Amino acid sequence: MNSSAFKLYAVIVLLFASLVAQTSRWTVFEAEALRDNSLNRRELLAEQKIRRGRVLARDGQVLARSVEGRGGTFSRRYPLGELFAHPVGYSFIDISRYELEQERNDELTGERDDVGSIVDQLSGREREGDDVRTTLDVDAQRIAFGALGDQRGSVVAMEPQTGRIRVMASNPSYDPNALRRSGAFKELSGAANSPLLNRATVGRYPPGSTFKVLTAVAAIDSGEFSENSVVDGSSPKTISGAPLENFSNADYGPIPLTLALTKSVNTVWAQVGVDVGGATMQRYMERFGFYDRVEVDLPDGQRGRSGVYKRDGLKRMTDDSVDVGRVAIGQGDLLASPLQMAMVASAVANDGTLMKPTLTERVVDRDGRTVERVEPEELSQVMRPATANTVGDMMASVVREGTGTAAALAGFPVAGKTGTAELNVAQGINQPSFIGFAPRDDPKIVVAVSLENVQGTGGEVAAPIAKQVMEALLR
Amino acid sequence: MSPRNRELLALIPAGLLVTAGFAAVFIQQDELLSNVSLTYGAIFLALCFGAHVIVRMTLPHADPYLFPIVAVLASVGLVMIYRIDDELAREQAQWYVVGLVVFAATIVWLRDYTVLERYRYTIALAGIALLVLPRVPGIGAQVNGAYLGVNLGPVSFQPAELAKIAIVIFLASYLRDTRQVLVQGGRRLGRVQLPRLKDLGPLLVVWGAAMLLLVFIRDLGSSLMFFGAFLALLYVATSQLRWVVIGLGMFFTGAWFFTATVGHVQGRIDAWRDPFDPQLYEAKVSGSYQIAQSLFAQADGGLFGTGFGQAQLTLPCGAENCPRILPAADTDLIYALITNELGLFGAAAVIGLYLMFAQRGFKIAMLAGDAFSKLLAAGLAAVFALQVFVIVGGVTKLIPLTGVTMPFVSYGGSSIVANFVLLALLLTVSNRARAPR
Repeated sequence: MNSSAFKLYAVIVLLFASLVAQTSRWTVFEAEALRDNSLNRRELLAEQKIRRGRVLARDGQVLARSVEGRGGTFSRRYPLGELFAHPVGYSFIDISRYELEQERNDELTGERDDVGSIVDQLSGREREGDDVRTTLDVDAQRIAFGALGDQRGSVVAMEPQTGRIRVMASNPSYDPNALRRSGAFKELSGAANSPLLNRATVGRYPPGSTFKVLTAVAAIDSGEFSENSVVDGSSPKTISGAPLENFSNADYGPIPLTLALTKSVNTVWAQVGVDVGGATMQRYMERFGFYDRVEVDLPDGQRGRSGVYKRDGLKRMTDDSVDVGRVAIGQGDLLASPLQMAMVASAVANDGTLMKPTLTERVVDRDGRTVERVEPEELSQVMRPATANTVGDMMASVVREGTGTAAALAGFPVAGKTGTAELNVAQGINQPSFIGFAPRDDPKIVVAVSLENVQGTGGEVAAPIAKQVMEALLR
Repeated sequence: MSPRNRELLALIPAGLLVTAGFAAVFIQQDELLSNVSLTYGAIFLALCFGAHVIVRMTLPHADPYLFPIVAVLASVGLVMIYRIDDELAREQAQWYVVGLVVFAATIVWLRDYTVLERYRYTIALAGIALLVLPRVPGIGAQVNGAYLGVNLGPVSFQPAELAKIAIVIFLASYLRDTRQVLVQGGRRLGRVQLPRLKDLGPLLVVWGAAMLLLVFIRDLGSSLMFFGAFLALLYVATSQLRWVVIGLGMFFTGAWFFTATVGHVQGRIDAWRDPFDPQLYEAKVSGSYQIAQSLFAQADGGLFGTGFGQAQLTLPCGAENCPRILPAADTDLIYALITNELGLFGAAAVIGLYLMFAQRGFKIAMLAGDAFSKLLAAGLAAVFALQVFVIVGGVTKLIPLTGVTMPFVSYGGSSIVANFVLLALLLTVSNRARAPR
């Protein structure tokens, strides 16, 4: 009987080994899948018990914080309400997270690597979120909203040397605090004029004549043109087999490029685009970041792509369906986000080097120690510095004596370009825009303004908004 | 060193563990370490020493490791239950006291356990009566679709816990007499020697009882545990695998047939096969919510666990008694909570303790001098190990989840008392086996 008792024990050992094997299956091998299972609410419940870090403005003003509620759980408050709904976003247990709250979730919940969390566990430290210090400027943001008034549209301002975003306004906005009420999210996502949409990063606007800056860069940097090249500016003029008119059908005759930018002569720049060609235009557009998700620290879904949108999607400049001449003047189904257009001006302002736009300056723990600093990052060398200098001069003349005089500031020379995409000529409904930077000689700030469906030109309605925001940030 | 001194020394880690465990839970819950944890540890240790003294006086040669293993298991269970609900832990501690008293009484009165053989049919009848008790109208209680509990006034208990010991005693005694007959084979069919039809009688009777159990108390787990213990004993008694193969074949055929007809058992099996099916997950009765939550809790634990007292137990609701995210955390699913808080390593350590217990049990069986003692020890060790396998296997989705307790760890008076009787019997057997002759 002893040998059979021993064999029976061996069977028990095997049975128990299978228990341990099965336990390791759930705790280790399939743990990830179980945590991601949609029925599993543990992760969400656990996160609710963590004091989420604050989101701070550049000067330390609180944009988002957590308050302790019943049962040791926390919920989110947004002291400045609508002002920073974009790009801070929201974080609520039943509607998940959005924008910066989503992108910086790991930092805000204090998610450390495995070693760090084991150390925390052993030392009995309660998990706490870190604060995210943004690059955003509260006063300038408020001024941007004030200047937008009840016009739909967006304002982006950033530092050309660092890519730090100072202003990101999207109108209409919403009060993220209201989302705590159940059902509010559903109402808001169905609301007219899409307040949940961050127009600065996912808005698609026809850039109009502001895009001529990019065409000028391509023309001059490729060596095919100089600022003094003379091109025929008569109106109407046949481009890609169809007549194209200048604004008010003004006929300029042969004029040099600097003057053609100052006066925003469509026929000249469309001609330049055709001469430079789709392939070269495509190359420069990609260097500026077109065709890719716009670079900024927001979740993928909240970073739109700029480029030529045909009925069946995004088309490259070399595609037969693309009218290169009209795209060169910001028409021809070209659509760009305000942040993308700010990046165009930013590369010109920064001697041809495009810096990666960022909303985060640094991550700070509860004790005030900087955990992570977001260093300025170079995205690409778009053009030679000489080209940047030439195009900058051309843009300066736009504000000094051309269509952009409304953006001029006392004491600071401003460089810029206006744009007016006509939606309904009869009613005078346009999509006006402006991109620019100041001071011309030592650029500190880049601004892009885009408005939806309003009367007036970019020079009349968009340039004054840019002026106010630049003024606020240069003071 | 004498066995008793070894036992005494081995009790010290158990006392330290319970003290450290309570301290950890205290720190987590109150953020201050009161000396209450030391008091708990001291009381626990004192009780263990008391029992140790009785063992020292009555069973000087008994196995020295079984009691300390039980003490460690008990302290793990007590700490986990305290962490869920301190009132529950106090009741559990009282049950330990009752269990220790019954333990002491058993070893004092049953020093000559061979008297049990004389009453084997009485014991068998008592065991079967205990099993059907939950179906008796008025006192029987249905929990989650299975009939496992009995309510007698304020006290409720699970008679299956005691029944398993009664049935092992009966089988050990019965098989001691009949094993020779069972070994002698009947007709040969090629190379296989078939048992004689009349020897199949007892097998058929026990199989019938197991099936009846399945239909009657509607619990696949207890049924598997009883029948498995029977097959284990049969194998030890005859050393012939054919009985086991025939028995397993009969069991699974019967189980397959009855699960299809008994609704509750079928539900448990469906929940086992696909716990994340939304319909089963939402089902109020016989659903898969428990097993799904058990797996989620284990996934939360990882290798090292979240730490004593750290697991997410309730849904946040603001009120006093929030709904549990991990149901039955103190009884059926306590292994999931252990895995959650102590991780894979902690859970494996607990399994290791049970394996050590089983190992000591089989060791006693091998050392024992007579067939009844061997069969009794092996049977008790096997039924104990199978109970662990059935509940932990259920919680880890190795087999369908059923409602048996985790011995010495789960909350529940009848489980503790019955398992202390089991421990007392094993120690008594080992005292005789190891006594110098």
